[in-house]
Amino acid sequence: MTLTPLSYRVVDRRDETHDTVTLVLEPAANAVKPFAPGQFAMLYAFGVGEIPVSVSRIADGHRLTHTVRAVGAVSRALCGLRTGGWVGVRGPFGTAWDSAAAHGNDLLVIAGGIGLAPLRPLVDAVLAEPHAFGRLNVLAGSRTPADLLYQDEFPAWEKPFAAVTVDRPANGWTGRVGVVTTLLREARFTPSDTVAFVCGPEVMMRATARALIHQGVRPDLIRVSLERNMRCATGHCGHCQLGPLLLCRDGPVVGYDQAEPLLAVREL
Amino acid sequence: MALAREVALPGGTRIFEEGEKADRFWIIRSGTVALDVHMPGRGRVVVETIGAGSLLGWSWLCPPRQWHLAAETRDPVRAWEFDAAAVHDLCAEDTALGLSLVTVVAETIGDRLRATRTRLLDLYGPPGSQGSGPVP
Repeated sequence: MTLTPLSYRVVDRRDETHDTVTLVLEPAANAVKPFAPGQFAMLYAFGVGEIPVSVSRIADGHRLTHTVRAVGAVSRALCGLRTGGWVGVRGPFGTAWDSAAAHGNDLLVIAGGIGLAPLRPLVDAVLAEPHAFGRLNVLAGSRTPADLLYQDEFPAWEKPFAAVTVDRPANGWTGRVGVVTTLLREARFTPSDTVAFVCGPEVMMRATARALIHQGVRPDLIRVSLERNMRCATGHCGHCQLGPLLLCRDGPVVGYDQAEPLLAVREL
Repeated sequence: MALAREVALPGGTRIFEEGEKADRFWIIRSGTVALDVHMPGRGRVVVETIGAGSLLGWSWLCPPRQWHLAAETRDPVRAWEFDAAAVHDLCAEDTALGLSLVTVVAETIGDRLRATRTRLLDLYGPPGSQGSGPVP
C-alpha cells in the first residue's frame, strides 16, 4: 500500500504566505491510514515528482492537510494546484511527536520558518486535552513578518503562551526581532519537567537544543525533526541515511540525545 | 544594587541614541526594548528586541564608550538603571566583583554575537537561496 500512491483531490487551498500553500486533500476512493502529528506523506505531483511533506493538520475523516513551500520543481507544482487538482499520496511515514511522553510536563513547541507546519497538529492535540499537560508554550521564529504561518491561529495559542520573533522586521512591525531562542526568556516552563518539540532548519534546531540544555532541559526530552533526502520513505533506498538511522523510517522525529552526536559528524 | 535606581519608561521612549556617550546601563525588569540603527533612506531599522531579565547596554564597558546602536521602548518598561562610572569605580575596588560583572556582560555579548551569526545564515529562507543545491 505505501509503495503505490493513492489518488487524492484538492478540495481546499489556502495561500499562507507568498510562497507557501496549505492544501486539503480528499481521497478519490481508498484512503491512506490515519496520520499522527509529526508523520509525513510522500506527495506526488503528477508528471513532476514526489516529495515528503509533513501533515500540518489532522482532521476527522480521511481528509489530509499539508502545508507546502515552493522551493523546487515538485513543491512549486504542488503549490500551483488548484481546487479540483489531483495528487498522489503515500503514507503515513516516519515517527511522530510523542506527546504522551509529555503528559504531566510543561511543553515547549519551538518552530523555525515552515517548521511550524509539522508542529501544528501537536499543538492541536495538546489543546484538545489541556489537563493532560503542564504549561504549553508555542515559540516561532520567521524570516520576516510576511513569512509567518497560521497568523490567524496565534490568538488561540496565546492563551497558554505563544510568541513570535522575526529576523528581518518590515516597516510597521511592532513585535520581537531576533533569534527564536530569545523567546525562551519569556516562556513559562520548569526546565527539569519540560519536554521540547523543535522543528526548523538544522542550525536553528542545534542552537535551540543547546540553549534548552543550558537551561536544564534533558537532551532525551528534546525532540527534533530531521530532514534528509527522502526518496522511497520505506527504509530501503538509503538516501536518507544519517549514521545508523534511516530517517524516513527511524525519523524524522528523534530525540536530541540520539541526534546530537550524529549532527556533529561532517558529511554524514 | 545600591548603585541602581528603579526607572519606569513609557512606551516609545528613546533611551539612547547611536554615537552618544555610554554612561549608563539597565537591567530590564519588564517590557520590551528595541535596538535599532539608522539607515539612510530606510530610517530606523530594528536589529533586535530584548525583554525582561536582559542587560540593556554594554558599550559603557570598554572604549570608546559610545552607544553603537540606539534603544527605544516598545511598551512601558521597568528597569534598574546603573551609573556606569560608579560601577567602574566599585569594580576597581573589588576585583572579584569586577570579574563577575565582566563575565556576565561577556556572556550577554557572546549570546548576541552568536544570535547575530545565526541570523546571518538566513535560516528560514528558501533552501535554494542558501546555495544548498537541488531542492524538491
